Amino acid sequence: MSKVKPRVKVPKTAEVGELIEIKTLISHPMHSGRAVDGDGKLIPRQIINSFRASFNGTVVMSVDLKPSVSANPFFTFPFTVTESGTFDFVWVEDGGKEYTKSKKISVG
Amino acid sequence: MKTYVLKPMSRRQAMTLLGAAGLTCAVAPAALAGPEDVAARIAELTGGAAGDDALITLDMPEIAENGNAVKVAFDIDSPMTADNYVKAVHILADGNPEPDVATFNFSPAMGACYATTRMRLSKTQNVHVIAAFSDGSFGSAEATVKVTIGGCGG
Repeated sequence: MSKVKPRVKVPKTAEVGELIEIKTLISHPMHSGRAVDGDGKLIPRQIINSFRASFNGTVVMSVDLKPSVSANPFFTFPFTVTESGTFDFVWVEDGGKEYTKSKKISVG
Repeated sequence: MKTYVLKPMSRRQAMTLLGAAGLTCAVAPAALAGPEDVAARIAELTGGAAGDDALITLDMPEIAENGNAVKVAFDIDSPMTADNYVKAVHILADGNPEPDVATFNFSPAMGACYATTRMRLSKTQNVHVIAAFSDGSFGSAEATVKVTIGGCGG
């Protein structure tokens, strides 16, 4: 299986009260369980089924994904900066395997 | 000259044949979700409450050349304060094998309510976006996307 690699883009610094945009991408085939491989065999379902973004330990945004989400699930969403801290991003694959990525942001 | 004798079929043989025919029907190709399924799913999510779509702006292509990755972006006019925010946004498609595409759960910490992702569309169909507000009300918006090449693999 190709390597699953999470990537996140968050500004390094921001002003207090500034609205920033967070971009996340994880390279993942998102096998829907409906497609067949070169030999005509059904590829079993294997998708990222949930994603969550936390800031200083509190979940700010989460997504439940179904097989209809494209390969390499990509999200952008806003966040209002109130203090310096750490973002933790977690992607959960079918079977429970988790992929994580952290980013720091500082204000001022 | 050969003669063929048509033997009467026993009850057991007849049942076996009928059973086989029944099985063949059961493995007919997986049906796509239809507009009715999506309507039922929306009723289930919202409790049948009618939506106000004025607050939701959708950004989707009218024509998607590749159904494997269709951009879906929504922007919802909400102050995103602790007592007035968008709790969740459901994305549904009425021509895919299952109606649900993704559910976003939001919090007031975001400060604004928009998001972008990419989805698969198996054919030309309607995409519905349902927003659940913190006061218990719902909003909905829909758009038709024409798909040139379907995105369900196979």
